[in-house]
Amino acid sequence: MTVLTIQNLAKCYRVQATGKTKSAYGYRTLRDDLTDWVKTPLRWFGNAAAASVQDFWALRDVSFDVKRGEVLGVIGHNGAGKSTLLKILSRITKPTLGEVRLKGRVGSLLEVGTGFHPELTGRENIFLNGAILGMRRHEIQRKFDQIVDFAEIEPFLDTPVKRYSSGMYVRLAFAVAAHLEPEILIVDEVLAVGDLSFQRKCMGRMREVGRSGSTILFVSHNMPAIEALCTRALLLDHGKVAMDGGVHELVQEYHRRVLATHGDGGSTLSDLNSPTRVHKIFRSVTMLDEKAEPTNFLPVGGRFHLRLVLDAPIAVEAPNVTIGIDDSLGQRLLSLQTPLTNSVLPRLQQSGVLECVVESLPLAPGDYWVKLGLAAVPDEIDEIERALRFTVTEGELFGSGRGHHRGLCVTPSQWSFQAM
Amino acid sequence: MTTPPQPSEPTAGSTTVIRPPAGWQLINFAELWQFRDLLYFLAWRDVKVRYKQTLLGVAWAILQPGLMMVIFTLIFSVITQTYDKESPPYHVFVLSALLPWTFFATAIANAGNSVVGSERLITKIYFPRLAVPFASVGAALVDFAVALPLLLIMFPFYGIVPGWGVLLLPVIFLVLVLSAAGVGTMLAALNVAYRDFRYIIPFLVQLWMYATPNIYLDLKPPDPERVTRFSWVKQLLPLNPMTGLVESFRAALLNEAIPWHDLGFSAAMALVFFFVGCFYFRRVEDSFADVI
Repeated sequence: MTVLTIQNLAKCYRVQATGKTKSAYGYRTLRDDLTDWVKTPLRWFGNAAAASVQDFWALRDVSFDVKRGEVLGVIGHNGAGKSTLLKILSRITKPTLGEVRLKGRVGSLLEVGTGFHPELTGRENIFLNGAILGMRRHEIQRKFDQIVDFAEIEPFLDTPVKRYSSGMYVRLAFAVAAHLEPEILIVDEVLAVGDLSFQRKCMGRMREVGRSGSTILFVSHNMPAIEALCTRALLLDHGKVAMDGGVHELVQEYHRRVLATHGDGGSTLSDLNSPTRVHKIFRSVTMLDEKAEPTNFLPVGGRFHLRLVLDAPIAVEAPNVTIGIDDSLGQRLLSLQTPLTNSVLPRLQQSGVLECVVESLPLAPGDYWVKLGLAAVPDEIDEIERALRFTVTEGELFGSGRGHHRGLCVTPSQWSFQAM
Repeated sequence: MTTPPQPSEPTAGSTTVIRPPAGWQLINFAELWQFRDLLYFLAWRDVKVRYKQTLLGVAWAILQPGLMMVIFTLIFSVITQTYDKESPPYHVFVLSALLPWTFFATAIANAGNSVVGSERLITKIYFPRLAVPFASVGAALVDFAVALPLLLIMFPFYGIVPGWGVLLLPVIFLVLVLSAAGVGTMLAALNVAYRDFRYIIPFLVQLWMYATPNIYLDLKPPDPERVTRFSWVKQLLPLNPMTGLVESFRAALLNEAIPWHDLGFSAAMALVFFFVGCFYFRRVEDSFADVI
C-alpha cells in the first residue's frame, strides 16, 4: 500500500541579489516596502517582480512513491534539496509546484527538543514537547513512564532542563519523539546526537518503529547508519532525484559523486576565499595512498598520508601547522600539530611541500573532513574548514580478517589469556 | 524496555494533501480543535516561564493594573479632582476598566511578538500557526483571572452590588477576547514580514489606551453650542472596539446603564478585527518558515 505519493514537487526560493537596496537579512523592513511602493506603483497590482530578485530552485520535478513499511534513506550532498524535501513533507513550508499525498499520522523530527524551554523542568518539557509533536495530553500521560525510562533521567525529572548536561537533554528530547508512534516518521540528521550507546538505542528504536509497519523517511550524511537502517534509498542531486533504488548501490554512487566534486584525493585551495584566510598559504591538499597516488579512500587502520603545498606570499616566522580531522557533524576527532611533535617548520619564505603521515589512522569507517590551519605567534594566518573530504572504508582491521567493529576509533591491541 | 509502537491515534487513516499555497484560506477550526492541547500547553508555558523568571512572579498580574490604578487615582481624583462623582469611587471606576484594558494590551503585545519569538518552532515543526498568537492571548487570560479578585474584594467596601448586567459580562468578555485575538494575530503576521512592528507595537498600545475611555469619564460636551466642529470625532470612538467593550464591561460590573449603542458598534468592529486578523494571518502563514 502506498502511503506517500509525491508528484512533480518543486520549491523555488526568491533570493535577493546582493548589492541592492533590499535588506540584507531575510526579511523586509517597512521602509523597503514603502519606498518600493512609491517608486513602482504598478507592483501594487502584482505585475513585474523586482529585478533584484532571483529564483533558486531547491527542488525540481521530484516524484516518487513510498510504500507502507519502507524505510527510505534520502542522501545527497549539502544543498541537494534533502532538507527542503523534508520541510515540505513535514508541512513546515509549502511547495511551489506539485503535490504530496500522505496517508496517516505524520511525525516529523527535524531537530530534537524543538520547543524545549530551558526554564521548565524535565517533566514539564515532556508534556510541552509532546504536545508540540502532536500528541494528545492523555497520550503523553500514558507513555510518560516509558519516556522517562528511555531517557534515563528519572532523578532529574523536576530539575529545569537548563541544568541538564547536553547528553541528558538530547536523551530526553529523543525519548519524547521516539514515543510519538506515527504512521509516517520523517527524521533528519537527529540521530547523530548524543553518545554512542544512546545513538545505538535510538537506532534500535527506529528499527522497532520500522518493523511495526510505520514508514520512515530518514535523511543523513552518516552512510553506515543509512545502510544499517534503510530498505531503500533516494539520491538527490541539485534538487532532482538522481537515483532511486538499492541502498548499497546508492551509497556507492553517493561516494563517487562526493569524490567528483572534491577532486581526486585533492583540493586546490588557492581560489578558495574565506574571512579566515588572512593570507593564502595553502595552495593544495592531497591525500595519498600506499603507492603515493591521490585518493579519497583509506582502509580502516591504514596509512594516512597528506601532502600540503604551501605558498609564501609573505615570509612567516616559525609557522605552526594544524591538521584537524572532523567527522561529518563537525566534531573534532583528531588534531595533528607541528609543534606538538617537535616537527617545527623553518621560516617559510618560499613555496614548499609539507607532508604529514600517520602510520595507522585510528578512525572508524565513515566520512571525514580535513581542516587546515597555519599560525605564527600570535596570528592565525590561514585557516580552512573542510579543506578535503575523505572516507575511511570498512576493511580487514589489522589483518585479523574481521571488519566488524563499533566506536569512533580503532586501535590495535594485544590480548593474552592464561588458564588458572 | 520499550514496547513496540501500537496502532496510532485519532487521525489514523486520514489523507493529508500538500499543495502550493492557495492564497486566501479559511480558518481551520477543526484542526485548531485537534491541537487544543498544544494551545493549552503553549499558554501554560508562557505563564509558567514568566512567573518563574520574575522575582515577584504571579504578583505582577495584580501589581500592573493595581499600580496603574493608584497613579491614575492620584492624578484624576486626588490632585486634579477631575472626577467628582460620589459613587463609585474613582479607583473602582478606573480599575474596572483597567482590568479588561490590561488584558487586551498584554494580549496584543505578547501575541504580536509571539510568532517572531517562536522561530525555532515554526522552522522545525508543523502545527496550526494560529495556535501561537492564540496561546499568547490565553496566557493574558490567566493574568486577568488572577487580577480580577483585586477588584471584586473592593465591592463590599463601597457597597457596590452588581445587578443583572453581570449576566452580560461573559458575552462582553468573549467579544473582548475575540478582538484581542484578531488584533494580536494581525500584528504577529505583520511582525514577521516587517520587523518594524516590534517597535510599533508598544507605541500602538499606548496610543490605543488614550483612545479608550479607561481613565476618563465619558465626557459629555457641556455646551451644545460647542458641539458643532468636533462632535463627529466622538461618533467615531466606538469604531475602536475597546470603547464600547470597556464601557460596557464597567457598566455591567458597577450596575450602571449599558451603553447599548456603543456596545453594538464595538462588538461588530471586534468581529471584523477578528476575522480580518485571522484571514490575513492565514494568507501569509505559509511563508513564515521561509522568511522568519
